[in-house]
Amino acid sequence: MRAAGIDIGSRFIKLALVEEGRLVFSRKSETSFSPLERCYELLKDVNTDNIMATGYGRHLFEVHIGSRTITEIKAFARGAKALFPKCRTIIDIGGQDTKVISLDEKGTVRKFEMNDRCAAGTGKFLEIMARNLDYPIKDFGSITPKTGRRIQINSICTVFAESEVVSLIAKGEDRADIGVALQRLVANRVLSMLKRIPVEDDIVFAGGCARNRCLKELIERDLGKTVYVADTPEITGALGAALYATEN
Amino acid sequence: MKDYTKMWEEIGLNLDAHTGLLGVLTDAYKSIYLSQKDRPNGMEYFDFVISEVHGLRIEEVYEAKKERRKIVGTFCVYVPEEIILAADGVCIGLCAGAEVGSSEAERFIPRNTCALIKAFMGFKLAGLCPYVELTDLIVGETTCDGKKKAYEIFNEITKKVYVMELPDMKSEGDRRLWLSEVRRFRDKMEEVSGKKITLEALRKAASVVNGKRKALQRLSRLRSADPSPISGLDALLVNQIVFYDDPVRFTQMTNKLCDELEDRVKRGVGAAERGLPRILISGSPMAIPNWKLHSIIEGSGAVVVGEESCVGERNHRNLLDENFSSVDEALEKIASRYMGINCACFTPNTERLDDIKSLVDSLHADGVIHYSLQFCTPYMMEAYKAERAITNVPFMRIETDYSMEDIGQLKGRVEAFIEMVKGRA
Repeated sequence: MRAAGIDIGSRFIKLALVEEGRLVFSRKSETSFSPLERCYELLKDVNTDNIMATGYGRHLFEVHIGSRTITEIKAFARGAKALFPKCRTIIDIGGQDTKVISLDEKGTVRKFEMNDRCAAGTGKFLEIMARNLDYPIKDFGSITPKTGRRIQINSICTVFAESEVVSLIAKGEDRADIGVALQRLVANRVLSMLKRIPVEDDIVFAGGCARNRCLKELIERDLGKTVYVADTPEITGALGAALYATEN
Repeated sequence: MKDYTKMWEEIGLNLDAHTGLLGVLTDAYKSIYLSQKDRPNGMEYFDFVISEVHGLRIEEVYEAKKERRKIVGTFCVYVPEEIILAADGVCIGLCAGAEVGSSEAERFIPRNTCALIKAFMGFKLAGLCPYVELTDLIVGETTCDGKKKAYEIFNEITKKVYVMELPDMKSEGDRRLWLSEVRRFRDKMEEVSGKKITLEALRKAASVVNGKRKALQRLSRLRSADPSPISGLDALLVNQIVFYDDPVRFTQMTNKLCDELEDRVKRGVGAAERGLPRILISGSPMAIPNWKLHSIIEGSGAVVVGEESCVGERNHRNLLDENFSSVDEALEKIASRYMGINCACFTPNTERLDDIKSLVDSLHADGVIHYSLQFCTPYMMEAYKAERAITNVPFMRIETDYSMEDIGQLKGRVEAFIEMVKGRA
């Protein structure tokens, strides 16, 4: 049976197609200012009516296309479990929210934590900071500290952190060191969220920010555990949604 | 609706802004309340009260004022209503449930203040609350640092604030302090009203206020049925309206509503389908028109079955022992009744944890959502203990305010929580 999952996030829309429970195709597109149009484009030659939507824009999609919806939490739980069958803990840093999810052995959500209204410490934060330091976002995760100086940035608030960065630049600090300090800030935010849920192996880092190697390593170092990342971690939610779609 | 412009002008409201506020309120009410399905007929009365929130009820209070009765505004369920009524006063819980006049309020108080405090300052400063304008006395209390300090400033603005000192602990000494505060309040009410508070007046007041509580307890019990005969939104509304409606009429209409709900329960009729996840809310108060969390929860396929909140259980779960034979004894019983409210402003406050647990059981709740207003430190802190105390059903903390900017995130979290609750079933 063929089914599609579409994950309408704040920055990207992700599509996953499954057949007989296996991922056969995926693609993504920037959300832009007309997410619905982008959804139609993504789905253009997709040959199934069996669609499940998730993500921040799921209700918009539900209203216009009449598909069913599930939350990102449920979708990520399912997607991560499919990619890593032993998964018990999920970290997802998305465009505007960060979440950590704890699963039981069967993959059912036991507990989750999510940031409140503020987008501090999310993918959007990294994007803004990368721009401040003039790094393309795709390279931001592979920077290595140059001087080895450990810089402390205190504020996770985007606005305050930006002004801290400005003064660090003015002090002549190396931009790679500043970049690492910013990623440490985001990692610490996730790590403190993880303290509120049971953390068991395997730990899976999903969502677009999982491509950020620096972030992954910082989290691993603190936890003292391996964190698994899929080849296309951003597709996890869409995959989970597609798998739910095949069931009903 | 009748044209009340002249009255509003006399009272001193900011007419343009007030018209705007009523417009917003009417729209919100239509989309949140009137769109609900299978509402009990008995809600018609409460719909009417809301439509006349600044009209007919204000007219009544205004009339009472003209007859020299004293209008007393309160912000907290610790202020003993019996004493106000026994002095022939009118007791009004002042509105503070909407984001109104924040920028005016921020001239006096910090930006990072809880939405409720900001709103009571804002409503006054923006000239939008006819109740505040009609009050002869505004009774504050020392329940949290934010309120305590805000009342000092509020008094500079209104010149009508009187503050009761609520202790922080529940020892014998604290109880004595509270009793002396209750007596001092009796003196204050006698002074303001020029009337002696008699045993007979206290007996009458006790029966009126207990009448309201009994009606609300009845409503609360009826929500334990599955399907719930009334939506959480509607029940919340009743629990909000009790703070400013005429008490005798309120009791009558709530009992009438409960008669209908009893019949619904017998017939197995609900405001929502049978078997929906049942959520208990616990935490900070939800003053009218704060319907934000209930509407998100009930819009996500669950039903709210109770509120362990000042707007809810904490307001009505304890009755006053009416068996007193002197004014002194009455005041002692009043003091002890009000000390039995388990607010997070007390330390320690383990009784509240027991209250939440017993509500989970009696209302057959499938999950608890702990609701704190942002910057409401006592509840934000106590959430930790509440979470550890509730071990048999899922528990989630929410921290928010009156604004709509986090609706998307809240929906995501609430829906995921409901999925999780369902996943356990």
